[in-house]
Amino acid sequence: MAETGKGMGKTLAQSLRESGVSRRGFLKFCTATASMMALPPSMAPAIAQALGKAKRPSVIWLSFQECTGCTESLTRSHSPTVENLIFDYISLDYHHTLQVAAGEGAEAAREAAMRENKGQYIVVVDGSIPLGNPGYSAIAGISNLQMLEETVAGAAAVVAVGTCAAFGGLPHAKPNPTGAVSVSEIVKDKPVVNVSGCPPIPTVITGVLAHFLTFGSLPELDALGRPMAFFGKSIHDRCYRRPFYDKGLYAETFDDEGARKGWCLYRLGCKGPMAYNACATAKWNRGTSWPVESGHGCLGCSEPDFWDAGGFYNALSIPDSDITRQAVYVAGAGVALGAVAGAVNRSKQARAREEHEPVTIDDLDKRP
Amino acid sequence: MSDRIVVDPITRIEGHLRIEAQMDGDRIAGAYSSGTMVRGIEIILKGRDPRDAWAFAQRICGVCTLVHGIASVRSVEDALDYPIPPNAQLIRNLMIGAQYIHDHVMHFYHLHALDWVDVVSALSADPGQTAALAQSISHWPKASPGYFSDVKKKLKGFVEAGQLGIFAKAYWGHSVYKLPPEANLMAVAHYLEALAWQRDVVQLHTIFGGKNPHPNFLVGGVASAIDLNSDSAINSKRLVQVQNVIDKMREFTDQVYVPDTLAVAGFYKDWGERGEGLGNFLCYGDLPATSMDDPDSFFFPPGVILDRDLSTVHPLDLNSADEIQEHVAHSWYDYSAGKEQGLHPYDGETTLNYTGPEPPYEQLDVGASYSWLKAPRWKGKAVEVGPLARVLMLYAKGHEQTRELVGMTLSKLELPTRALFSTLGRTAARTLETKILADAMQGWYDQLIANIKAGDTRTFNEALWEPSSWPKQCKGVGFMEAPRGALGHWIVIEDGRIANYQAVVPSTWNAGPRDSTGQPGAYEAALQDNHQLADVKQPVEILRTIHSFDPCIACAVHLSDEAGEEMLQLRVT
Repeated sequence: MAETGKGMGKTLAQSLRESGVSRRGFLKFCTATASMMALPPSMAPAIAQALGKAKRPSVIWLSFQECTGCTESLTRSHSPTVENLIFDYISLDYHHTLQVAAGEGAEAAREAAMRENKGQYIVVVDGSIPLGNPGYSAIAGISNLQMLEETVAGAAAVVAVGTCAAFGGLPHAKPNPTGAVSVSEIVKDKPVVNVSGCPPIPTVITGVLAHFLTFGSLPELDALGRPMAFFGKSIHDRCYRRPFYDKGLYAETFDDEGARKGWCLYRLGCKGPMAYNACATAKWNRGTSWPVESGHGCLGCSEPDFWDAGGFYNALSIPDSDITRQAVYVAGAGVALGAVAGAVNRSKQARAREEHEPVTIDDLDKRP
Repeated sequence: MSDRIVVDPITRIEGHLRIEAQMDGDRIAGAYSSGTMVRGIEIILKGRDPRDAWAFAQRICGVCTLVHGIASVRSVEDALDYPIPPNAQLIRNLMIGAQYIHDHVMHFYHLHALDWVDVVSALSADPGQTAALAQSISHWPKASPGYFSDVKKKLKGFVEAGQLGIFAKAYWGHSVYKLPPEANLMAVAHYLEALAWQRDVVQLHTIFGGKNPHPNFLVGGVASAIDLNSDSAINSKRLVQVQNVIDKMREFTDQVYVPDTLAVAGFYKDWGERGEGLGNFLCYGDLPATSMDDPDSFFFPPGVILDRDLSTVHPLDLNSADEIQEHVAHSWYDYSAGKEQGLHPYDGETTLNYTGPEPPYEQLDVGASYSWLKAPRWKGKAVEVGPLARVLMLYAKGHEQTRELVGMTLSKLELPTRALFSTLGRTAARTLETKILADAMQGWYDQLIANIKAGDTRTFNEALWEPSSWPKQCKGVGFMEAPRGALGHWIVIEDGRIANYQAVVPSTWNAGPRDSTGQPGAYEAALQDNHQLADVKQPVEILRTIHSFDPCIACAVHLSDEAGEEMLQLRVT
């Protein structure tokens, strides 16, 4: 990533050392970042080098029609932690929930960050933007639309965090009373990354920022502008209950035998097959659990218009109406496919092990 | 000279809040609280499956992230007369308690503390003396000179790097910051520790609700089944995790949060003389030992206290058309019978009518409508809700632990009882109820274990799940005590769909504007209570009192309609 700003000569590595963070701690972060971005651990030194050069990049976080759930999620990130992020890796120059300054001081901080880091700063947005009336949402007397437009004008990139900023989300649900729209419906001349979810998984928010900080570029995105690394696979495809779906074993109600034994929640309305997100692999809150593991179907919250997708407890229309016959069919196919998949997985795992030869922190510590 | 101070955005809160203060010299003569954002969640809810409503309602707020989910499922259960199994009640109690403890600690350290703690002053602290201070007030192990030396070094490096980030443009060095450098350094250390602590304790929500923020709920019980012989249900491993979280909550509350509150309060005793204002307090009550139909079993008792008179607790009825009403005389809404009347939530109507200045604007016209918040009233009276109301209610009802804790706090600070009715009292009440709840968590956990031991693992009642089993028309109210105060969701169900949905939330009670009689809301009254600003350019005093309420403004604003046409006209038959 390019050098940002002027006058603040210290590199990230310098400031880390001065703030008592060891080189080892720094490398640990780089290793975690590589792992989170699904990069081979051998990339960690490159990450370390990139971060070591940079002054902490400025991030301006704008909150519009939102519930602060996305910010709360950010504070739950455990790798990197929010305190690592905002004290060591970025300069969070405007953020309503966390910043100390209020009123004029807060706005002055935003304006200073825009001025001093022109063309270099990242804008993060949570919440949708109401176009129905500028009075529907104002901050410091300024409409959300005006604040977004003037702030992104000098930005390097924009990250829309949460389904409201990414796709309009809840305010956009029918009948969209305030005329709420997503960030990408307003911002057309800057790269926009959509980090959807209601809220997004904590480490996905920090992971996307880490990617940008490290490589100075945006990660590969899917058709909806979401990073492939986190949104490339459906919940259903990565679900630990998938074998029960394949066998046609479903929970029929909450707290029946199937619910207690961890059978598939498809018939209780799980939207896993249509939802692309990392919950099934990354899980939530330091890998503690995730919605399906705790017995509730996936709401599909990373998808556009999931609020209007037909009810959270209604089964998806695929497989179609005759669920029993379909289930038997799937069960039959599942045995054979399962066996093949098992073999493929084993060979894949072996190859992955070779490619991703583990590089420990100790190894990194020995490098110059 | 301009005699109107505007603070917008009020930061370190949830949502979009603007305060305008009319000054008389250095004194606040009139204060005006304005919520400046609407989304329209209640109108979005109309026509949907009532079983889905919790997920929509929960997104009213991601900070007090479970409260609207709980109030919503309770409203549907009340409407349908739908009992839930005892284990589901206990799990909900544990989740509510966990929310309080998490929320209150984060509020204290990450939102409120920096009104009292000068981060820059911490740079001149002596780590050895900081350790001595920390060890004198608590047995918390992270209290060595080396530890505080490391924290100071980290902070120094951060400040000297020249990029202050979230600490930029603040009021550092302001004359009203009173803590010695050592107390400031200790608080900075605990700011960082609390960030790490909160990541761990939210795991209770993740275990039962799958994630946090926004854990999942279920009409009729909870979704997390109990089966000690399953690897995919609440089993002994999960239960041990829950016990660990409870232990961590109690440990941090007892050894860090309570001692820090008392230590900081000792330097700000004058804040026990201002910032109260209304003197009326309201609680709906919550945390049943049995069920929501049995208020006598509530851990937090319901009732109303008027004019600071703790000898009388007035009963309240959430279904009575005459008691709880919302007013819009100074809100950007119209009522069909005119802006002067109040409406009970079952009869609630909301017609959006933005008559404020066209953005960008400098100042609101506070003589006319000036907020997206309505003004709720109980029997016409403005009331305060939240931790202070609950602690006073527990105190008035003779709750022994509360009386002991309040007595201990006042005697340590050498303050009179009337100091409870203040900015300081409100902040202290939040800390004390955290301690009370952290201890109560163990009781609900033990009861859950006892039920499972006795063979009762039920978590969901299937009886009324299918809408075909519901009456053609019904209505109900789901209420709770959210961390910020009394919360109610009123629902009307017709033909299995939501015909009307109205939420009256804690920050609407507290942050709402004036009503037709000119009666201010709780924030406004509190700011008008004895506030002199040491420097009108740096109005940290406004932040102290507003933050003492822990504002949650996305919660407080509800319903809008782009076209301004009449909406949610409810006819209850």
